[in-house]
Formats: sequence, structure tokens, C-alpha cells
Amino acid sequence: MNKLQNNKAWLFVLPVFALVAFNAIIPLMTVVNYSMQETFGNNEFFWAGVIWFQDILQSERFHASLGRQAIFTASILAIEMPLGIAIALCMPRKGPWVSVCLVLMALPLLIPWNVVGAMWNIFALPDIGFLGHMLNAIGFDFNFTRQPGDAWFTLILMDVWHWTSLVVLLAYAGLSSIPDAYYQAAKIDGAGGWAIFRFIQLPKLKRVLTIAFLLRFMDSFMIYTEPFVLTGGGPGNSTTLLSIDLVKIALGQFDLGPAAAMSLVYFLIILALSWVFYTVMMRNEEQ
Amino acid sequence: MAKITLDDLRHAYGPNPERPEDYALQQLDFTFEDGGAYALLGPSGCGKTTLLNIISGLLTPSHGKVLFDEEDVTGLAPDQRHIAQVFQFPVVYDTMSVYDNLAFPLRNRGVPEAEVDAKVREIAAMIDLEDTLMNRASGLTADGKQKISLGRGLVRSDVNVIMFDEPLTVIDPHLKWQLRSKLKELHQRVKRTMVYVTHDQTEALTFADKVVVMNVGEVVQIGTPVELFETPGHEFVGHFIGSPGMNILDCEVKGGQAFLHGQPVATSNASAVKDGAEGPLRLGVRPEFVSLSETDGIAADVVKVSDSGRYQIVETRVGDAPVKLLVNEGIEIPAGKTALSFRADRTRVYRDGWLVAGGAEA
Repeated sequence: MNKLQNNKAWLFVLPVFALVAFNAIIPLMTVVNYSMQETFGNNEFFWAGVIWFQDILQSERFHASLGRQAIFTASILAIEMPLGIAIALCMPRKGPWVSVCLVLMALPLLIPWNVVGAMWNIFALPDIGFLGHMLNAIGFDFNFTRQPGDAWFTLILMDVWHWTSLVVLLAYAGLSSIPDAYYQAAKIDGAGGWAIFRFIQLPKLKRVLTIAFLLRFMDSFMIYTEPFVLTGGGPGNSTTLLSIDLVKIALGQFDLGPAAAMSLVYFLIILALSWVFYTVMMRNEEQ
Repeated sequence: MAKITLDDLRHAYGPNPERPEDYALQQLDFTFEDGGAYALLGPSGCGKTTLLNIISGLLTPSHGKVLFDEEDVTGLAPDQRHIAQVFQFPVVYDTMSVYDNLAFPLRNRGVPEAEVDAKVREIAAMIDLEDTLMNRASGLTADGKQKISLGRGLVRSDVNVIMFDEPLTVIDPHLKWQLRSKLKELHQRVKRTMVYVTHDQTEALTFADKVVVMNVGEVVQIGTPVELFETPGHEFVGHFIGSPGMNILDCEVKGGQAFLHGQPVATSNASAVKDGAEGPLRLGVRPEFVSLSETDGIAADVVKVSDSGRYQIVETRVGDAPVKLLVNEGIEIPAGKTALSFRADRTRVYRDGWLVAGGAEA
């Protein structure tokens, strides 16, 4: 078969290219540019080569924030994924309660991120916050502004509260799309609740759960606003995640070169991990 | 293995049914004999799937009882009734191999693994899935998946009845025929009761020993394919089964003699028509039993001739009423005026849709 060559079609994609160039490629290239130069202000730049990248990769500070970031992301994924699936399984499939449940589930997602941070900050304050006060009242020595463990507890609880809904809604949509015949067949085949989950629901949810997992992975790995408002990275540096650290370097210390190099490393880590997760989770789909 | 009795069965989806229209399934008494091949045939929305779900236990009827042998199973769930079902769209467990799919119902019932293995291999051979036994079930084509669905029913020794809910819907036409003959062959081999729901007359008539024809929630006739063809019990059966369907013509009956457009027609049952009963009278005769007659007969005009390949379909008009007939290939059809003759023993009078009982053949 002869393929018709029609290069005029490129003209139609040109506006999109221009747009993408403007909002993605150009800013990214600026960062690449910064990451290889040294500046002392006055808009004067000097070539620095890969020195900032070497610094970042060897920096203990970066390793520490990366470690905290990994622990945070792993923890929230380990909690939100199973919890989200469990809640979705418990939600009613039909009747008036469906919309009630959906609205309740969607609510946390509709709250601006800095408001979430502020809400939880006040909610968890040991003296006047409801959560903090109650925890102290029942005998815990809880103070998230002083004790790193408590800060982490509050941070993870806040993220679970804010984002489990996303997993719930995606899983619920996936569950709703399973035809009744599957459940009927399972009933006829004598399958129990666990077998139905393991052999029907989970396989059918695989695609939406992959999406939920990737979204939660990327979002939580880039999280900034909520921890910034809640703990500001403290106490000390105990909740300083990658993005908070990056902003400290870029805007606090105004070290443009190191910050740019860190941004790129940060970006590549997310890209690489997303690709790995996606490939691993989708490896059986092709057969 | 059991015979299935439907005892005064009715079903309404809404609460408090009063009028007959409120019922998705009208009153029905019937027995499916053990080991028979049955088809439930009717157009979409006629209630055949409702009936199927009542037998399988996915739906509890609002009135009446379902008996398996003498046991009342009306309130029992599908897994307690020991039935199997093949659905319209193939249901397989995607992540499992074909083997594990077939083994699944047995393993759920705690059958020892050695027995499972023997049974799975036996059934896989029966349904031609031996070669793909270790493949992932999700990789099979639609007909392969339907075979798995069927196989999950066949592996179990406790199955009372295997139900098919339009199982060939998503199968390619050239495979439909193969799968249908396979099904027929399997039925003869395993001698299980099978109930096959379809809106396709070819599927129903080739598969079943007995066909239950349904229309708007009502069973209109139960009979062998030959009975349905030769003696339709209701006008609906006449025009739903057959291609083209039965000619249904307004008629008059006077003193045991039927008249079509003022011309006398010999029928098998006009003598049983009682004067004064309610409902319109109509004459039913299949195109196969109408022929062109050169001498005397019912005066008609030829309107159109179309060629179906095996025979010619001739459309004529008797008065205003269209009458179709089938004529063999190669026979010249006269244009314009002609005369028709109806085979008397295959021409019947229907009152209000239903065959008038009695007459010469009864």
C-alpha cells in the first residue's frame, strides 16, 4: 500500500507545538541553562559545567530530603491504596446513598491545598486544636510542632484524609464498570468473597489502580503546599521533603545553579520511577 | 440431574401488580424433562431472560414456585441449585489460565486436586481446548471464551441444568455454525438438561428438541421445531418463525366455511369455529404451503417477485391483503392476474391470535 505523504498536516499541529514550547520546553531549557552556570547577581553568568550536578548527587542534605521524600511517598501509598480500595468496596452500588457517598468522598478533593494545610495545622495544635487537644486529653504527649514523630503522624494523616478519596473514586468507577454477569458467574461457580475480589474485582480494577497509583506517586513526590503550611519542614528539618528543600535553596538562599541542577535530578527521578512503575504494572497486559 | 417444574409461575418487577401488563412474565406451568434440550425463543423484551434468571436463581419470582425434581428451590441462590450458565458476553477469569478457569468451580467446592485434574482434562478434550489449556484465558478469542464458560459448567458432576443466555451474540458468523453444532453434539454426549435463550429462530430450531416461544411476557407455544413450523398455535409463532413468516389474512367464517375476500378457502379447522365468539378471525398459511394454480383458485394479482437464491418469493395481493408464496427456481411467474391455492391441511383459522382448536386434523 502506498502511503499518501501530506506534509501540510504539520501546519495544523504547529499551534500546539508553539504552546507546548512556550509553557514547557522554554522554561525547562531555562532551568537546564541555570543548572550549568554560576551567577553572583547582576545578571552575570559564568560557565560551571556539571559541577552542580556533582554537588547535588554527593550532597548529604539532598540524600536526607530524598530519603524523607521516599518514606513519605511509600507510607501514603501503602495506606491510601488499600484503604481506597476497601472504602470503594464498601460503598453502595445503587440507591440514594450513592450520591451522598460520592459527594462526601469528593469533598476533600475540592479544598484548596493551602487551606488543607491550614485546617490541619489548627486541627492538630496541642492546645487549641481538636485533634491535638483530644490526643493530649487521652494521655498522649502530642505536639507536632516540637516532636518529629508527631509531625510525621499529622503529615501522613493529612495526606490520607486529603487524597484517599481520589483512589476511592477511581476504584469505585472501576468497580461500577464490571458487568453483573461476572458476579453471577462467580456465584454459580461457588466463589467466595475473597475469590471474587482476587479473581474478578482486582484484575478488572488493574488499569484504574495503575492510574491511581501513578497519580498518587507523582503528586505525593512533588507535594509542597500542604507540608509547607502544616509544618514548614520542621521541627528542624524532620519533615523537609524534596520540594520544600528545593524552594529553600532556590528562593531562600538564591542559589540558582544548584537549585536548577536539583530540579532536573528531581524531575528525572520522578520520570524514571513513573516509567518503572508503569512498565512493571502493565507487563502482563500485552499478552 | 433433575427435571425442572415451573408451578403457576409469574413475575412482576414492580410491586403490587394488578393488570396483566404489570407482569414481565405471565402465568406459566411447564416441566423441563431431565436431559432435554430446550430453547426459549422470542423477540427482545419478551421475558425470556427473566424466565432464565428465575430458573437459574438470579431472580426470585414474585408468584409461584420452581421445583427441581420434587424440591422447592424458589428461594435458593444459584450456587445452591447446582446450575451452570453461559452468558451473552463471555465471562472468563482473565488472570487465570484456561486450565485454572475450568478448575475454578471444582476447587471452590473443595474437590481433591487429582480429581480436578482428571475432570478438567476430560472436559477440555470434549470442547477442543486441550491445545490452549495452559494459555491465559484473556488471550482467547470470543468463541474460545464461550467454550470456557460452558466448560466451567460441564466439569461439575452436580449440575442440574446448563443455561445459555444468547451465547452466540458476540461470535463471528462463520464460527456460530460450528459452535452450534458442537453444542448439539455435546448435549447428545453428556445428556444434561440444557436451556437455550435466543431471539434467533435458526439457533433455537437447530439446537432444541422443544422450543418455548414467548411474546410480551407470555408463552405462546411450546413444541418441537416441526410442530412450530407446521402447526403454529398462535399467529405470532407463525410470523416469528419462518422466513418469510406465515401469511395472516383477515377472513370470514360462515357455517364452517372460511372465506377470503369473498372467496371460499378450504381449511383444516373452520368447521370448529363457533359463531358469535369474540375476537377477529384470521387465516394463517405459510408461504411454503401456497402455490400458483392455473385452473381454479383464489384470484390474486402478482405484485413483486424477489429471488432468495434457493427459491423465488412471490408477493401477491388478494383484494388488499398481501399473500406471499415460495416458488422453486426456474419456474416462470405470470405477471398480473393469477390464482392461488392453499394447502387445506396447512391452512388454519385463528381467533384473536390463537389457533381455533378442533376441526379435521384434531
